Order: sequence, then C-alpha cells, then structure tokens
Amino acid sequence: MSQFFQSIGRRVLDSLAGIGYALAMLMSAIIGKPQPRKSWPLFVKQMYVVGVLSMLIVIVSGLFIGMVLGLQGYTILVDYGAEQSLGPMVALSLLRELGPVVTGLLFAGRAGSALTAEIGLMKATEQLSSLEMMAVDPLRRVIAPRFWAGLISMPLLALMFSAVGIYGGYLVGSGWLGVDEGAFWSVMQSAVDWQDDLLNGIIKSIVFAFVVTWIALYKGYRSVPTSAGISAATTSTVVTASLAILGLDFILTAIMFGG
Amino acid sequence: MESRKTQLWVGVFVVVGILALFFIALRAASGTMTTSGDSYTLYAKFDNIGSLKVRSPVKVGGVVVGRVTDISLSGDYYEPRVEMSISKEYDQFSETSTLSVLTSGLLGEQYLGLEPGFIDDSVDTLEDGDMITDTKSALVLENLIGQFLFSQGND
Repeated sequence: MSQFFQSIGRRVLDSLAGIGYALAMLMSAIIGKPQPRKSWPLFVKQMYVVGVLSMLIVIVSGLFIGMVLGLQGYTILVDYGAEQSLGPMVALSLLRELGPVVTGLLFAGRAGSALTAEIGLMKATEQLSSLEMMAVDPLRRVIAPRFWAGLISMPLLALMFSAVGIYGGYLVGSGWLGVDEGAFWSVMQSAVDWQDDLLNGIIKSIVFAFVVTWIALYKGYRSVPTSAGISAATTSTVVTASLAILGLDFILTAIMFGG
Repeated sequence: MESRKTQLWVGVFVVVGILALFFIALRAASGTMTTSGDSYTLYAKFDNIGSLKVRSPVKVGGVVVGRVTDISLSGDYYEPRVEMSISKEYDQFSETSTLSVLTSGLLGEQYLGLEPGFIDDSVDTLEDGDMITDTKSALVLENLIGQFLFSQGND
C-alpha cells in the first residue's frame, strides 16, 4: 500500500521538478544582457534550419488542405444553394483553426523533433559540457537562438499555410466547381474580420510556437544521453507537443470565440 | 559563402510570410476590383439595396456582365447610390433598362439584375457615367410582412 502512494508521490514530484527545470532553462536562456553581435548569426542559422526548411511541407499541405476544404464544403453547401458561402467557410476554418493547429503539428514533427535530436546528441557527445568547460553558457549559445527562431518562424509559417490554403480553396471552388469569383471574395471579405479572425489566429500560432519550441528544447536538454534516450526524447517531443497544441487550441478557442 | 546563402533564404522566408499576411489582410478584409478587360461605369439610385455588397455581380438574364464597385449615400435625401463597372463587351444597353436587387436562391447572396430596355431611334444607349433611373429596390422581409398584415387588417 505504501508503495502505491510512494509511486504516486514520486511521479508528482518528478513532473513538478520537470516543469521547474523547464522554466529555469527557458528563463536563463532568454533573460540576460543581449549580445546582438554574437547571437545574430546563430539566430539566422536557426531561422534557416527551423523556418526555411519547413516552408515546403507547410505550403504544400496548406494548398492541399485548402483544396480539400473547397471540395468538401462545396458538395455540402450546394445542397442548400449557398455555395457562395464557400469563401468564408474556407477562410474562417483556415484562419481560426486549421492554419495554427496543422502548422503547429507539422512544425512539431518537422522542426521540433529535429531540435530535440540535435540537442540530445550534443548532450550525448558532451558538446554541452565542453561549452561549459570553455566558459560558454550552453543555454545562451545553444538554446536561446533556437527558441527565438522557433517562436518567430512558426507564426510566419502559419500565415503562409492560411494564405496558400485560401488560394487552394479559391482554385477548386471558383476555377473548377464554378462558384462565382466575385461572390467568393466579397462574401469572404464581409465575413472575415481582421481582428476577430486574423489577429486571434496569429495569437494562437504564437502560443503554439512558444509551446512546441519550448517542449522540443526541454526534451532535448533533459534527454538521457544514450541512443535509446535520444530516440525516446524525440518521440516524446512530438507526442507531448501535439497533445499540448490540441489541448491549448480548445482552451484558446473557448476564450476567443466561446462567447 | 554558406552564411550568405542562409541569410538570403531567411530573408526570402520572412518576406514570404509578410506577403502572406498582406494577402490575407487585403483579400479577406477588403479588396480591389479585379474585373478583367475594359469596363465602363454606370450609376443607379435605389430606395433600399438590402444586403448588396461591393463586388456583388451585375447579371443580365443570369450572365455576369459587371460588378458593383462602390456603394454610398448621395443627395439631400441620403439615397443609396450604387456604382458598378460593366464590361465594355456589353455597351449597347438602352436608357430604358431597369435594374433590380435580386437574391440568388433562398439563402443566397444578393445581386443586381439588369433588364435591357427597348431600343428605338429616340432612345440613347447607356454611356460611361450614366445613371439608370428605373430601379427596383430589394425586398425586405419585415416590410413585406408589415404590408401583408396591414392589408389583412383592412378587410
């Protein structure tokens, strides 16, 4: 019996220690005297790795998801003679939900897992300890540029996703299925509010970017420095980040659009 | 140089992201006219335009011939004035044409239906900047119900 309580207690303490450790890691990585000359090239390098290399998968999935939305929405809306509402349907679902969420999930799989694996391997090969030996703070040198790159590039990716998705919906809806082009855009314009929909979508994507990057960096930094440990940490990054995105998305939607 | 290429790509990445923001903000919040080809402008005054919007189509017998470009209130009595741009392809509408606000389907969007009038030696065609005088306003459901109830009460 006492073993049962002991195991619960151990888990709670472990997870609390994990949260505290993650917070401490983030704080000491971000807070400090900015050194633009030293950290700017590192940041640009990470923007390339995290952002530019994720562009292709995000744009291609955005195009196809927009086209599928156009196709599915049309077959339902045409029954009610309301196919002009295809524009707002595609635009609102992309800007409010699919843009931030799907980009977040893709970002966790494409960039988050890579961040975890990279930092985990740095730890396993004792590069992080070597940095410390040379009086270079690994948090400032390794974690901080990756964090900022993730935080900035994911909202940009989500915007690209939504824009390409809307265009894909337009291609299918207007170009193929024959929804009136003017009605498609004009009804969309009257339905989409830049503050309610666009700005809230961007806020969502910033929150997801923060969470995904933070989880990925923490999992890498705390990984067990063996090959099995790194693989477990990478898996755990994708799973935890995806669940965090979906859970947070519900909470954010309830706050933003819930009433 | 490696870092040169990296910087270039990051620059492209950021610019594409900002362009996406502009695309969404301009295409989803407000937009400009994109009718292809030459067009000419006509005006019309209504009593009530219902839920007609800028960029709504102007149709003749169901065929789109132009788009609404501007909606404003004009004159001393604040009458809704609709500005529309019609394709140059169709420039032989007579002055006696009528324009009415119609609805596509039961739940659909409102559009302008242009009914070409008769052509006679004494009747001119509509030119750029002309005003269509014979217009029918949108049917407002509440007014219709009100009229119906009023006429019932008289019996």
